Amino acid sequence: MTSTAPTMLFVIVGKNEPLYEAEFNKAVGSAAADSVSRQNYFVLHSALDLVEKAAWTTSNMYLKVVDKVNNQQVSTFLTAGNIKFMLLHAGRSEDAIRNFFIEVYELYVKLSMNPFYKFDSPITSESFDTRVRALARRYVS
Amino acid sequence: MQRSSNTNILDRPLGRGGGRGGDGNVSLSAFAYLYSELVQYHQGRVASISELERRLESAGYGVGLKVLELLAYRSREAKRETRLMSILHFVSSSVWKALFGKAADSLERSIDHADEFMIVDYEPITSTFVSVPSDFGQLSVDAYISGIIAGVLDGAGFTARVTAHSVTMEEGEKPVSTSSSAASTPLPRKEKAVFLVKFAQEVLARDAALER
Repeated sequence: MTSTAPTMLFVIVGKNEPLYEAEFNKAVGSAAADSVSRQNYFVLHSALDLVEKAAWTTSNMYLKVVDKVNNQQVSTFLTAGNIKFMLLHAGRSEDAIRNFFIEVYELYVKLSMNPFYKFDSPITSESFDTRVRALARRYVS
Repeated sequence: MQRSSNTNILDRPLGRGGGRGGDGNVSLSAFAYLYSELVQYHQGRVASISELERRLESAGYGVGLKVLELLAYRSREAKRETRLMSILHFVSSSVWKALFGKAADSLERSIDHADEFMIVDYEPITSTFVSVPSDFGQLSVDAYISGIIAGVLDGAGFTARVTAHSVTMEEGEKPVSTSSSAASTPLPRKEKAVFLVKFAQEVLARDAALER
């Protein structure tokens, strides 16, 4: 029985491919952690179908929890341009996650104002990465 | 004037007008000069009229995508448009107001085709200072604006083909001058710009399914 904080996976998905990935609270080193990471990616990607289905039933950007696997849940946020922010977590409060998503949305809008950033292309900015991790520490762990 | 800022772009506030101060307006003549240079740049590099229109459209497409995200964020509502009519209203009012300072003059639905809509603007700023010689045929430099519309619709998930047409105004049809605009109309125009929006079939099918 581990007492470490569970790993969370945050992925930004465009129309065809993931644009950004980040893992939070990852347990360092052990081989078990690697297979857990891969499983996390799998769970998140399989939740994409459910997100597509839910996307057109509501005009809210925050879709709350779209999928539950074992004890993990996938929460999703859709931007106006239908870019999906997905977070795999083990039960955080909806409000905390909603605030996290809204802050990341603000960062995403500022990033897309860059005339050299092509819409729906991978996000490689390091400062974006640093700030998302700082937000994750503040809001969801 | 030295403006070396050490703050990262992600830290600066998004605010109104992107940090220019004031109400974030750009002078019309600056835009007109820039746009005419853009058109001339492409004109020297294309082999046909339709190629020129295509290039102007793709120049506007990127603007449309960014405007969509920016306006949705600024409204602070965390809501997206899922219905056809609401995204069209969003384009003809919010997008037009943010870009040109006033809502589009009208939004109409075509009687002959169920998948066609028209957005009318009596005074599009892209063609106000441009004159098209007769040997250029049906070129409309407002292709830039139709690119913007296409970008907004495509980004929101409503794929559409948008084209710009110049239509002669009928007798007695005059642009209503809004009291808020201080700029005087430079030249009396004989033609209005009509942007024809033709949606893809699956968009209409999806919208009809949502109706129920």
